Amino acid sequence: MSTIAIPNSTAMHHDDHSHAHHKETFITKYIFSQDHKMIAKQFLITGIIMGVIAMGLSILFRIQLAYPDQSFPLLEVLLGKFAPEGRLDPNFYLSLVTIHGTIMVFFVLTAGLSGTFSNLLIPLQLGARDMASPFMNMLSYWFFFSACMLMLSTFFIESGPAGAGWTIYPPLSALPKAMPGSGLGMTFWLISMVLFVASSLMGGINYVSTVLNMRTKGMDLWKMPLTIWAFFLTAILGILSFPVLVAGVVLLIFDRSFGTSFYLSDIYIAGQAQANEGGSPILWQHLFWFLGHPEVYIVIMPALGISSEVIATNSRKPIFGYHAMVYSLIGITVLSFIVWGHHMFVTGMNPFIGGVFMITTLIIAVPSAVKTFNYLATLWRGNIRFTPAMLFAIGLVSFFISGGLTGIFLGNAALDINLHDTYFVVAHFHLVMGSAAIFGMLAGIYHWFPKMFGKMMNAKLGYLHFWLTFAAAYLVFFPMHFMGLDGVPRRYYAFTEFESMSRWLSVNKFITWAAILGATAQVAFLYNFFSSIFFGKKATQNPWDSNTLEWTTPVEHLHGNWPGEIPTVYRWPYDYSKPGHEEDFIPQTTPLSETMSSNLPHDFEGNEEAERIQEKWNVEHHNINSTEEVK
Amino acid sequence: MDIKKYMNKKSLLSLFAIVGLSLQQVMAQAAGVAEGVDKNAGLGMMVTYYLLMFLVVCVFIGIVGKVLQVYELTKQIQGKKNGIAWDKVNGVFFAIALVVGLYGAYWSYTVQGAQILPEAGSEHGSKIDSMFNVTLIITTIVFVITHILLFLFAYKYNYKKKRKAYFYPHNNTIEKYWTIIPAIVLTVLVLLGFFTWRGITNVSKDQMASAIQIDVTAHQFAWEVRYAGKDNENGRKNYKLIGSLNGLNNLGLDLSDKKNYDDLRVTEIVLPVNKSVRFTLGSQDVLHSFYMPHFRVQMNCVPGMATYFQFKPTVTTAEMREKTNDPNFNYLLYCAKICGGSHYNMKFAVRVVSEKEYESWFKEQKLYVTDDMKKEYQLAMKDNVVANDKNKIALNN
Repeated sequence: MSTIAIPNSTAMHHDDHSHAHHKETFITKYIFSQDHKMIAKQFLITGIIMGVIAMGLSILFRIQLAYPDQSFPLLEVLLGKFAPEGRLDPNFYLSLVTIHGTIMVFFVLTAGLSGTFSNLLIPLQLGARDMASPFMNMLSYWFFFSACMLMLSTFFIESGPAGAGWTIYPPLSALPKAMPGSGLGMTFWLISMVLFVASSLMGGINYVSTVLNMRTKGMDLWKMPLTIWAFFLTAILGILSFPVLVAGVVLLIFDRSFGTSFYLSDIYIAGQAQANEGGSPILWQHLFWFLGHPEVYIVIMPALGISSEVIATNSRKPIFGYHAMVYSLIGITVLSFIVWGHHMFVTGMNPFIGGVFMITTLIIAVPSAVKTFNYLATLWRGNIRFTPAMLFAIGLVSFFISGGLTGIFLGNAALDINLHDTYFVVAHFHLVMGSAAIFGMLAGIYHWFPKMFGKMMNAKLGYLHFWLTFAAAYLVFFPMHFMGLDGVPRRYYAFTEFESMSRWLSVNKFITWAAILGATAQVAFLYNFFSSIFFGKKATQNPWDSNTLEWTTPVEHLHGNWPGEIPTVYRWPYDYSKPGHEEDFIPQTTPLSETMSSNLPHDFEGNEEAERIQEKWNVEHHNINSTEEVK
Repeated sequence: MDIKKYMNKKSLLSLFAIVGLSLQQVMAQAAGVAEGVDKNAGLGMMVTYYLLMFLVVCVFIGIVGKVLQVYELTKQIQGKKNGIAWDKVNGVFFAIALVVGLYGAYWSYTVQGAQILPEAGSEHGSKIDSMFNVTLIITTIVFVITHILLFLFAYKYNYKKKRKAYFYPHNNTIEKYWTIIPAIVLTVLVLLGFFTWRGITNVSKDQMASAIQIDVTAHQFAWEVRYAGKDNENGRKNYKLIGSLNGLNNLGLDLSDKKNYDDLRVTEIVLPVNKSVRFTLGSQDVLHSFYMPHFRVQMNCVPGMATYFQFKPTVTTAEMREKTNDPNFNYLLYCAKICGGSHYNMKFAVRVVSEKEYESWFKEQKLYVTDDMKKEYQLAMKDNVVANDKNKIALNN
């Protein structure tokens, strides 16, 4: 098969291509595939499986929190010595929390989200035959896959998986004597993370170079759909911040294995004073959060991009304030590099710097607010089709608001003193980056499933899935705010030791049952997803009447995306319900000359020749300003 | 999909066979465990029971789905439009979700909100509380308004075939407003927060010196608290001395520093009301977080680096018991930074009392450096004279 993407499309090339097509074997097509659509599917399905695993872990520790004194023999059968007497071991509880966070943040919401939709949509929405470097793209997936396997394998280590929290703050993570979860499991965690970052960098470089170099004719930057803008900026964020994490991780590996003292100083543990002197645990926090904070935007921005596209398409309206949306994404991208210190207000960092970080942090709320208002304005006077994707996109907006607002509390250094490391934080980020991002991902899956698999998903099961998940997410995370306000710290194995905390037991039970409901609801999704791949209704070419380029490709996939020439783009992607046009959408490939009745002055971007032709046409057709008609 | 090639009956059957066999094996194993231990006897039954229950729910949902499908099909056959208008149904669901959700939020605010921390027991804590209230009011207003708009739009503008959406790509004036207004509100919050924060953390040298000095050392999984004694200065520590003096020196006090000799060892933090206290925090092993939520106090304990928190308690424990109407109320210190297996159980008692009570309590506290320690230290110093070089090693034991 041809291993190189065909940058420009000539009939010759295309013929070569279809000949090569027949030689594909199972291995080159489904396993070591270099086709961006297949790689996207690989990322997606791996991401879904990892997501289900991480959700399962969360149910395990939720059961512990709801029934701290109860024994569940089943747990002992499943987990062996990690749950002696049917009760979770405190150290294993911390491992569960750690691995749940790691998998969700990195493997599901970074790789599963960006990996899937950047790979799928960048070439398809920009009009490229494939990614800039398909081979590197394939490597990116396999590095990711190895990272996943390595992370999961730690459950089979005697001392258990890494357990120092997903932020693995040293010295806890650096000293195997401090907890079992800092033994071999932590070594594996670190190696897995290095592989993951390698994967993410290869992906990111590919996305950026494809966006910059391989757009089809007419697709200038300001005609790109917001999805692409989001993926593009996300990739830049990742490229600039992930290497810092690797640097931090490598130093931690040195501290753990080679006796250096980057993060360690003045430690006395297990009856022995350690030789390390001169290091600082705070250094790790700086390095970690220099990635860690952009990371939460790496997670949420693709979700915002997807929801922009889904909301515009299904409201049958142009996204409100396209330019403002792009500029706010750019603003978030830039600002996200200078806010990391808000995770460290009470870590002993110089309080004055804390004040500075607080100012930058609250500024970043402005572009986020603009995005929210623009979503609302897009829905206003729309003609909303409630596809499951649209439901999830609206759900995202709701979570983004609720979770974003609590960020204003946490970004305020003074308020953070009492909220830091409590359940308020857990509630905040599970809404704003957990639930919102996963809803963005689900919206994307429902919306582009027809593009990925050529089949439709069952809409009614989608509705069921949405309403159960939406309700469950709020039921789980809303009460947590109040626990946080009562000073209940996160990562506590049980709240039985404190009278003030044990009165939250009934709330904890409620949360656990809501979480179980939410988890069960995902069965509806999983069944829908996997059965629709094989038995779903066959999709039409453009099932959502969408404007973007991916819907001009044939339903049956082919390597190279378009059978003939790559289409040319003439307009922005959001000409929905344009007055004067008969249908409520005009694909990007429709030239202005075919839509004389609906062209608006700014469509011509100052092209005088075109304006003159339009004026002439208007006079000939006695065209009344058509906006009036629609009202 | 080409993958369908691989989905023929044979491969499906073999897949089922594999899954079935492995399930059987797992069950056998579970049964093995069950035979060995009596308490696991009903386990298989229980799992089967729950699985069956789940299957019943699935079948029920499937049946409902089929009924809906049949209903829609018959409608279509009768020539009516596509049966159920799902756009409308979902729109109505959003309206319901709005009402139920807002009521739920209100319920949560009032019922669960009543369970949160009582008003702050410290001077700066009251400032934090009023800051919190301002932020809460602003965010709640935004939360309610945006959700009303979001869900009402979803309800009101659901799809109708005849209608066309309003083409409204942008409006620079509106966009300017909703960029500038949040920016102004946030600026106000930032300024308020910044000054509150500086007020808490920026303590002048005089204030530092006049406060009661308390030194807290965290380790897995307890707190060691040392009051500065008469000179109001804590003596030097060195982590290499921890466990020296025959194991008596649990903090690694450097006995060559005379300031150590009047320091007090306490089992409870007792603070006089309306007097500043300055905590110097440290850790012997991993990160811990010194968290006293009732005072709105939190600061991490970092090995190798001292951190500080100075504040003034304003409400005594007795007064707080009255205020909260809870005779068992106690101020608490616990750990808020993940620190290992028993992170969840690092309690230390805190009591705020009148100045008089404090004085009498203070007098009763024992010295940190006991006579035994002094003896050991003198012994070690003798060795020191004999073999000056070995001294460090001796102290390290």
